[in-house]
Amino acid sequence: MNKLQLFDGSLPVETITNGWYDDFRLSNYGAIITFVGVVRDEDGIDGLSFDIYEPILQSWFDAWQEKAKSLNAIVLMAHSQGDVLNHTSSYIAAVCSPKRRVALELIDEFVEDFKASAPIWKYDIIQGKREYALDRSTAIDGAGLLG
Amino acid sequence: MVTVEFLGPIGKEPLKLEITSLEELSEILKQDETLSSWLSNSAVAINDTLVKDKSVILKDGDKVSLLPPVCGG
Repeated sequence: MNKLQLFDGSLPVETITNGWYDDFRLSNYGAIITFVGVVRDEDGIDGLSFDIYEPILQSWFDAWQEKAKSLNAIVLMAHSQGDVLNHTSSYIAAVCSPKRRVALELIDEFVEDFKASAPIWKYDIIQGKREYALDRSTAIDGAGLLG
Repeated sequence: MVTVEFLGPIGKEPLKLEITSLEELSEILKQDETLSSWLSNSAVAINDTLVKDKSVILKDGDKVSLLPPVCGG
């Protein structure tokens, strides 16, 4: 199973999370922690829209998998491309680990680094138009090299 | 020939340039007013690997990508 999954539109949350549980509950992980991000209705948006640059997302994810492996854990992730309407999910992250403490700490670090580094761009959908969410975005470490 | 691509919201078609350094690329892109606000906040990748050193030598066939500020989730 691909541990990084991309979907067009809203995520089929139950299918993804149930699939991960079925795939990994027999692998003797004592802790499976899942984070499900849901698009909130705020500031008059109808939803969010996402662009993803897959090659660098994959290498970012692979580096995280190596880090998790060093702790006997694994990381899992699903993300949407394109439009995701309010009250549906665009992002799920999970950590499977033999130990609860490792999983709790890793999911926090994994989600925070995802926010700061994963090459994904977010737009608000307002009256059918996409507006780049610059004020909620973070420059990648090392940005400004050509400025 | 080096291909330069502009990811996410920058919304600009790729360029093909005869350049050998990021310094040269910087000088060329600074002349484009539509890019001025992106150069200071975009990260740079060469052949899909992020770089932080402007002294990298570019080779024929290289791909340079500009990655503006991100926000997944």
